[in-house]
Amino acid sequence: MAELMTEKHVKYILSVEKKKDDFESVVMEHLRVNGAYWGLTTLDILGKLDAVDQDEVVSWIMQCQHESGGFGGNIGHDPHILYTLSAIQVLALFDKIDVLDVENVANYIASLQNEDGSFSGDMWGEIDTRFSYIAICSLALLHRLDKINVERAVKYIVSCKNLDGGFGCTPGAESHAGQIFCCVGALAITGSLHHVDKDLLGWWLCERQVKSGGLNGRPEKLPDVCYSWWVLSSLIMIDRVHWIDKGKLVNFILDCQDKENGGISDRPDDAVDVFHTYFGVAGLSLLEFPGLKAIDPAYALPVDVGYKKVELNQILTLSNGHGKFCGT
Amino acid sequence: MNRGVEEERARIPMSQRPEWADIRPVPQYDGPNPVVPIAYTDEFSETMDYFRAVYLADERSPRALQLTKEAIFLNSGNYTVWQFRRLILDALNVDLHEELHFVDQITKDNSKNYQIWHHRRWVAEKLGTQIASKELEFTREIFSQDAKNYHAWSHRQWVLQALGGWENELAYCDELLEDDIFNNSAWNQRYFVVTRSPLLGGLEVMRDSEVAFAIKAILAKPENESPWRYLHGLYKNDVNSLVNDPRVASVCLDVLLDKRDCVHALNMVLDLLSHHHQPSNELKDAVDAVSPDPKPSDSNFAERVCSILQLVDPIRASYWRWRKTSIPAQD
Repeated sequence: MAELMTEKHVKYILSVEKKKDDFESVVMEHLRVNGAYWGLTTLDILGKLDAVDQDEVVSWIMQCQHESGGFGGNIGHDPHILYTLSAIQVLALFDKIDVLDVENVANYIASLQNEDGSFSGDMWGEIDTRFSYIAICSLALLHRLDKINVERAVKYIVSCKNLDGGFGCTPGAESHAGQIFCCVGALAITGSLHHVDKDLLGWWLCERQVKSGGLNGRPEKLPDVCYSWWVLSSLIMIDRVHWIDKGKLVNFILDCQDKENGGISDRPDDAVDVFHTYFGVAGLSLLEFPGLKAIDPAYALPVDVGYKKVELNQILTLSNGHGKFCGT
Repeated sequence: MNRGVEEERARIPMSQRPEWADIRPVPQYDGPNPVVPIAYTDEFSETMDYFRAVYLADERSPRALQLTKEAIFLNSGNYTVWQFRRLILDALNVDLHEELHFVDQITKDNSKNYQIWHHRRWVAEKLGTQIASKELEFTREIFSQDAKNYHAWSHRQWVLQALGGWENELAYCDELLEDDIFNNSAWNQRYFVVTRSPLLGGLEVMRDSEVAFAIKAILAKPENESPWRYLHGLYKNDVNSLVNDPRVASVCLDVLLDKRDCVHALNMVLDLLSHHHQPSNELKDAVDAVSPDPKPSDSNFAERVCSILQLVDPIRASYWRWRKTSIPAQD
């Protein structure tokens, strides 16, 4: 088996935004909060979260928050549910959720639920099951799922279920592994996995594995390391991860590393970025690659993170860590 | 990014434009000790400094509108700029047909950008049903470059449901599938049209012809997962009809006799057997004939199919092993 270049990845993450005139840095400015989540969670999985100054991160993140309670992607940006989740997740990593005015944030999220149970991303009204997951995951981390109509939220998600057992962004939209992760994650957190046809979906998900061992996100598409997360975590949540060839997937992810400069790319020999570095490392954690912290497939946070003290709807993920890889 | 080299060379710095002389640009504040300090290009810096000035002043003017356009060309992912642009568009009551033209331009190089598609939807919603055919035409153009663009499909589905235009949708699916029978998005759209179009009568009415269509696609490329799933989907909630439709067992037999890639055919046979289909001897022989050596010796036919699948689709051996354990007891 090839090696995981831990030190190089840590170095890559710590240095990524110091590159001068780097186009990627420039266009990532408005989603810096997402970038922080990807980078910091990766560091935590690799056991190196202490390489960053926690107080500085927390202080910066809190400056991204609006009066409304929502967080923007960086200081000076409009609030959006996307960055609100990342902010909460970063605070959870540092066990600092208590710095939040929870009521304030929870109200912001709850205000984005629509009549039909769906969630908008922000005041501009874009609807997508990604936002359903985000709302539910955020509120669960804040212990405030009571703020929304969970039944209707679940109903909307179920309305996005397709004939292949998968889920799309809206009712009738094509099944897509990323959307499936969001829907299954939301259903897992709310104790509603009985709505999923696990055998049917499990089969669709394991069909994502192509000859190279990598996973794609839809039939006849190319494999991409980020699907190592979306597909894998979905399989774990529905207890079907043993249906893929784990060894081959591990090798695919390791092949996507830049062994010289650190970082992981979408597929072998492409340019690396923080997004794929996170999903590659998180995927390896789900695959129980040695030396990595375990990560929760529904919350996408290490299982030892402070939020675990919270009572949540029982999910197989939390009660078993992620170690429920049935050998069957 | 979106501008040619000519335009790059011709750009006058904001600080030298007389119409901006009254504005004091506001630099990006990353906090006293930036966690992730960024080095920006000068042009980007300057444009965004001026943007921040008008954004903080809430200046909804024509020059601010133009500025958001420049900022978008530099970074079309910056959602705050798009949102402020919308506020200005509303305030100035701009002709949204022109706005749509701008969105057309910028989508060409950024066809997977969430902000652009969301903005497009906002504009189209305001323009209403008059814009339906243009929107269908636009997504068609996007599909000519990338027939699986998820954003474009989401937009197209929204257009059909919110603004109409269903008339030619099934024909369009035919076209796309002729171009690429493997296009899962087109198969999904087909199901969408068949089940939701107000003009077609629904799944019950369409089922028979759609089964014929799926079978034709399967025979053309049996290794294509989409038509097999589509076939299943046509019989959703009525799997007995799937099992009893002679065309289904028949297409499995045809594919297996042809000895072409047979995983999906074997899987369908397994599905039929799991619902008490009685296989013909011809089918049994055809299945055994495609088995690689060493030929499995399970006496139970369904179990033998599973064993064969483990051999021909080894990456999913675990799944096929599980299928073996979940075969219902034979009658």
